[in-house]
Amino acid sequence: MQASVQQFPPFREAPATRGHDNHGGHGQHEPNFFSKYIFSTDHKVIGIQYGFMALCFMLFGFFLMLLMRWQIAHPGMPLPAFGSLLHSVVGDMAPGVKDAAGKIIIGYAISPELYNSFGAMHGTIMVFLGVVPLAFAAFGNYVVPLMIGAPDMCFPRINMASFHAFFLGGVVMLVSFFIPGGAAQAGWTSYSPLATTIPTHGQAFWLVGMVLLITSSLLGAVNFIATIIQLRAPGMTWMRMPFFVWAQFVTAFILLLAFPPLEAAGILQLMDNVAHTSFFLPTGLAVGGQLADVSGGGSPLLWQHLFWFLGHPEVYVLILPAMGIVAEVIANNTRKPLWGYKSLVYSALFVGFLSFIVWAHHMYMTGMGQKIATFFQATTMIISIPSVIILTCMFLSLWGGSIRINTPMLFALGFLPMFGIGGLTGLPLGLAAADLYLHDTYYIIAHFHYVVAPGTIFALFAGVYFWFPKMTGRRMDEFWGRVHFWCSLVFMNIVFMPMFAQGIKGMLRRMSDGGVNYAAARVPGAIDALPGTVMQMNGWILWAAIALGIAQIPFIINLFWSINHGEKVHSDNPWGATTLDWQTPTPPPHGNFAHEPHVIRGPYEYSQPGHAADFTPQDEPERPAAPGTQPAR
Amino acid sequence: MEIPYTIENRPDTGIYNAKLGIWLFLASEVMLFGGLFSAYVLLRVGAEPGMWPHGWLNVTLGTLNTLLLALSAITTLLAWAACKVRDFGKFKFFHAFTILLALTFLGIKSYEYRDKLIHYEIQLTNGKFADGHLREESKDFDLVKKTGTVTIEGHIVEDRKELMDLRSPEAQAAKHEEITIAATDIKKMGNYGPRHNTFTAIYFTLTGLHALHILGGTLVIFYFWGPGSRMFKTDPERFTNRVEVSGLFWHFVDLVWIFLFPVLYLT
Repeated sequence: MQASVQQFPPFREAPATRGHDNHGGHGQHEPNFFSKYIFSTDHKVIGIQYGFMALCFMLFGFFLMLLMRWQIAHPGMPLPAFGSLLHSVVGDMAPGVKDAAGKIIIGYAISPELYNSFGAMHGTIMVFLGVVPLAFAAFGNYVVPLMIGAPDMCFPRINMASFHAFFLGGVVMLVSFFIPGGAAQAGWTSYSPLATTIPTHGQAFWLVGMVLLITSSLLGAVNFIATIIQLRAPGMTWMRMPFFVWAQFVTAFILLLAFPPLEAAGILQLMDNVAHTSFFLPTGLAVGGQLADVSGGGSPLLWQHLFWFLGHPEVYVLILPAMGIVAEVIANNTRKPLWGYKSLVYSALFVGFLSFIVWAHHMYMTGMGQKIATFFQATTMIISIPSVIILTCMFLSLWGGSIRINTPMLFALGFLPMFGIGGLTGLPLGLAAADLYLHDTYYIIAHFHYVVAPGTIFALFAGVYFWFPKMTGRRMDEFWGRVHFWCSLVFMNIVFMPMFAQGIKGMLRRMSDGGVNYAAARVPGAIDALPGTVMQMNGWILWAAIALGIAQIPFIINLFWSINHGEKVHSDNPWGATTLDWQTPTPPPHGNFAHEPHVIRGPYEYSQPGHAADFTPQDEPERPAAPGTQPAR
Repeated sequence: MEIPYTIENRPDTGIYNAKLGIWLFLASEVMLFGGLFSAYVLLRVGAEPGMWPHGWLNVTLGTLNTLLLALSAITTLLAWAACKVRDFGKFKFFHAFTILLALTFLGIKSYEYRDKLIHYEIQLTNGKFADGHLREESKDFDLVKKTGTVTIEGHIVEDRKELMDLRSPEAQAAKHEEITIAATDIKKMGNYGPRHNTFTAIYFTLTGLHALHILGGTLVIFYFWGPGSRMFKTDPERFTNRVEVSGLFWHFVDLVWIFLFPVLYLT
């Protein structure tokens, strides 16, 4: 087990002290509010900045969804409570609804255009401003340097620039709600020529916002990869890195290489919208029955190829960090080594590689040709293998462990079946023949929400509850954490499970009236008619979604209340974890480690025979553990 | 707190941080330009037969620009080598050349852009096409009110396709002369800007993005040449690394042009 420690020059003369730090680069003694929280170059502060902003954006995206669910369940009915507020923000896009006599305005409803822009912005905000910043940027920034024993990220100032670009991109996205014509309406995929022909400048805002967000994640990805390659502590060899670090490493490579083609596509679409070029506009394009005044000759398929070249790897950007968090939480709470560490690592690498050659399975309906469809169908089936290996390893890790049940572990356990449902229901979508029927129905909405909402977001909750004690020195409340978990689990499933049925019955995903007109236009009793139960489900989903929103209130209160009032932890390592992030002072000071860690063993040495404690930290010298290092349970 | 390996190489990876960072950044740049080049390929393959332009760009100016950038790659390398042997004067000398060459490149590029923006294709009411550089507009020229005249230096063709291949013997033989056209005879008039067709669109986008990279690289090199060169006195090793990293970026930008030149000018 003892491996030779590589000889490295020491990178820190004096051990870092808490609070005060007079480091070389920018030696201010008492940092004021701005240099401490806004222009900080400390990876932990930047991680928390990212986390806070991402949670705010996620809440905002959730509210957009609630408004849309109201419109789906009660199309054209005045919006309760938020109607006049919405009208004052977006104006005529939320038109007034008159009473039966047609005289008094009794409220404000959501117009189809507004519904479309909510749909586009819900997707954009949740993916690019919510989940990716939280999973990759927030947790990655806070945890990765700690886990590999680094004093900070490789390029701290680029790290700060990355956050500022993200913030600016978010502002540009939000501002687009206030311009005449409203925000982008062409879906989060922004398919051309629709995205160019809709008469709103919201699309240009969307594109500029995306370019900023892509810049942000590019800077972040460069930083992460360089940090993981260059700043590993002595002895932290590749196969001693925790799986979370591996997951972030692969994610960073995906972001680095998959985002630029979307940036290219964004530049081209921006040219289409602003300079009136025809990159994505075909010859003979007609808008509203009129021949459009464009040169033509462009290719709408080109946009889809460039978009999905990012879009599919993006799915793994969403899921890999979540898998990393779940792996850490499971290993820690089963008190035994993670099952199949090497399989996990190689699977993650394989997923990262394959994710670049599956993109066209989003495009079976475009008529790109059967041969291409067959190729992408094959790669799609192959990529499910490493994903299943990862999930299987996590399930097998539970086998024979003495499992501690706490809030992070509950969320991690919840992740496993929920992600399993999301993943397995994706298989029919990867097969071209089945996809022709299911494409653009609520089935696909249910599928990817199972992957991301009860999947990734549960893992992110697990991460928040898990690392909160390291960030603040206090725990979040256990009881309210469990309330949060069980309510979220139940209502998530009530929201998304019926959508599978709706989709199989043929309800399409982009109808702003929830399918009422579509159902009415069909011959009753015909085989493709939408039955009344499908419409009824819209009502249940609305109430479950509202309940799901209420279930997040305990979390929000718990999060902020616990910063100052939570139960104090009595050691730096309250969960009894082995990885380096728990071997720092709590909260970690600027520079992170009191002494430079020397890693001498793998990441998951739990319950090793011959050790007094049931965990052996990666940098603990080979001697019997001193009394008092038992985890505080 | 000090970040390790900002100056010296890490023993097991054999590289310092910034150099790894710039290589990663360049990898993403390859994907960015790769996406745009693949857009070029798809647009060209998908163009209607006979409608993809040939010979629209000035090969002489393009060759000159290629030589300028190739030369600047050499001066960049020599500037870095001068830093390595701690010869500050030579560093200043060579990078002054780099900046000068880059600015000349941008100047020639702007001239080429201007040439395209004053080049008009005029669809006449009799179905013919007048094509040439704008020389004069009469004061009352207005396309909407149909008043006044416009003078171009060019020629008139029967079919738009004749304007597509300027390398053909027919196009080479065409006589260019001053033509004055009344607004009443004009059906549609537009310059060779990005919206003219997909070729000018991708030409302006690719070379414009490349020119922005040249501009950015020039600004960085100028900073290291001017105010940033103070670091040569305090921390020459770190300064040399900076020159190397900016040089790597500069070589990449040169390399993109090496692809752009044949793709846009020579085919």
